[in-house]
Amino acid sequence: MSGEEKRPIKVLIGKPGLDGHDVGGKVVTRALMDAGFDVIYTGLRKSPSEIAQRALDENVDVIGLSSLAGAHIPFSKKLKGLLDQYGLSDKLWIIGGCIPERDHAELKSIGIDGVFAGGTKLDEIVDFINANVKNEKEAS
Amino acid sequence: MIEINPDGTKRILNESGIEVRPVYTAADVEETGGFDFVGEPGQYPFTRGIHSEMYRKRPWTMRQYAGFGNPVDTNKRFKYLIENGQTGLNVAFDLATQTGLDSDDVMAEGEVGRVGMAVDSLRDFEIAFDGIDLEEITVSLTINGSAAILIAMYLAMAEKRGYDLKKLRGTAQNDILKEFVGRGTWIFPVDPSVKLVGDTIEYCAEHAPKYSPVSVCGYHIRESGCNPAEEMAYAFCIAKAYADNVIKRGVPIDEFANRLSYNINSFGNIFEQVCKYRAGRSLWAKIIKEDYEAKDPKSGWLRMIAGGGGGGLTFEQPEVNIMRGAYYALISAFAGTQTMALCSFDEAYTIPTEYSARISLRTMQLLQEEMGLCETIDPLAGSYYVETMTNQMRTRMEEIMAEVEEEGGIIEMIKDGRLQAKVSSQAYDMTRNIESGDFPKVGVNRYRVDKEDEQEVEFHEYSEEDTRLQTDSLAKVRANRDGKEVTRCLEQLSADAKADKNVMPAIMAAVKAYATVGEMTNALTEVYGHYEEPILF
Repeated sequence: MSGEEKRPIKVLIGKPGLDGHDVGGKVVTRALMDAGFDVIYTGLRKSPSEIAQRALDENVDVIGLSSLAGAHIPFSKKLKGLLDQYGLSDKLWIIGGCIPERDHAELKSIGIDGVFAGGTKLDEIVDFINANVKNEKEAS
Repeated sequence: MIEINPDGTKRILNESGIEVRPVYTAADVEETGGFDFVGEPGQYPFTRGIHSEMYRKRPWTMRQYAGFGNPVDTNKRFKYLIENGQTGLNVAFDLATQTGLDSDDVMAEGEVGRVGMAVDSLRDFEIAFDGIDLEEITVSLTINGSAAILIAMYLAMAEKRGYDLKKLRGTAQNDILKEFVGRGTWIFPVDPSVKLVGDTIEYCAEHAPKYSPVSVCGYHIRESGCNPAEEMAYAFCIAKAYADNVIKRGVPIDEFANRLSYNINSFGNIFEQVCKYRAGRSLWAKIIKEDYEAKDPKSGWLRMIAGGGGGGLTFEQPEVNIMRGAYYALISAFAGTQTMALCSFDEAYTIPTEYSARISLRTMQLLQEEMGLCETIDPLAGSYYVETMTNQMRTRMEEIMAEVEEEGGIIEMIKDGRLQAKVSSQAYDMTRNIESGDFPKVGVNRYRVDKEDEQEVEFHEYSEEDTRLQTDSLAKVRANRDGKEVTRCLEQLSADAKADKNVMPAIMAAVKAYATVGEMTNALTEVYGHYEEPILF
């Protein structure tokens, strides 16, 4: 044990673009809270820069997007540039929602670490974060 | 849900929390309120249907949700559906249009024409409805945040084509309060949003009295996590909020109540759902008669669109959703809906293709033409089970409405996010119950198939080219209109909003001058500001 305080994993759940489907994003937020994570839910209709800025300001370990209206690729491309710019490229980046299988490879090539399409169990997301997060303070 | 009693016996509760018994008798009906509410079709309290002849005289309107790309693409899809026997249109708009943005707005990038048709100006409506007889085919606009503008576009387009607005029928969704709870295409803060809905009702009551300016949606609150009894109760609370706003202006209830309609969700237990509709019909009639003292029995008609139930459809084994959709259609036919729209089986993946939309259409045609659903009115009436459950659902809805009142009313609950937090918490519990298998879901928590045996779904392809055509067309409209007139109209719109006048006349004038959705929305946000979403868990 190091002397450093262990802090919970901090997650941002963002709703990108104009998509108004928020059931999934809120359900995942609740599941991550119940798993002991510190979760910030952005609310609807956030631009790429709003999401990147929030991730930076809140010093989160995980950036999650919830997208159900099909604009996940153009949005993720725009967000990728901003994450690089803000020095957030090393954060665990995940996306969930209505994400067709044929888009998974492209999303991963953009830099997304985990894609959780419809039908994913909530605990799979929790386990994925626990296994892949780069939370230095907790790792010690 | 199944509960186990201390003695080991099972107790089954439906989603609304009412116990379902193994058998019902006349005594159960008597204990829960008797047969007093049953009545006759077409007579108060309309439990059995709002019309005396129901589908004998006119089968339900088939109105599949459609729209994508630009107005040219959408016009083709409309004509395809009509050729295939569809009897009404239900227009899907893209998210830019729904949130009051023009197609060339930076926030609209990647969204133009994606989940619905892109609309910027009156020109787009002229193209979208070209060649469609608006008397024969009634049109429903699925629009909320920017509904006042899109209703004005529809009326202006119809007027331009020579239709008499006094006779024009049609519907707009225009239920902004539910958008704050589910669906999320709000623009302005809660109070001015409700005021805008009131403006459309007041305006239509005077200028387009056959047009239905609002379709109150329990549907999306159900999708967001509430149960069936809550769905109906919340919808009534919301409808009352709009009615109160209009009455406050001095418009008598009988001048507009009949033009309020409903959009209700059909997924779930067949009997609970059918009873929900029957109970809801009698409760709404009672509210309008007793609370609002309406004189015209038609004011208390619960007219509705039903049949959808996206929340019940699954990502897994999507072809099984064809059967789910068919049962939702059956529920809605038993329930006596005026209009039906089914969610296509590929709902969890994509907006419908021609193929999936046609399957939905055929599903409804089977019920109407092969299976006898239009022959006898309210065929489940008189069943001890159905009449008991209808009584119990009505009582449950009244209890929920009273709870909302105790909490300060639906508008207050929405403003501070309490209603959103409540339904979202229920959605979370349901997700966990489905994951654990406590709530059965075929193909999801039982009877799964291997991934390689999952049916592939054909995707509706998004076209970047269609987006470009739309922004080009918008640029052309901007270049060819009278800029000074547009500016004058937009200034008038802001001025009327500031003076707290009904903004519909100013919107009509701006629409006719080819002002755009984004320009008119901006003229209103200058005065009303933007909604800020409360985040509450």
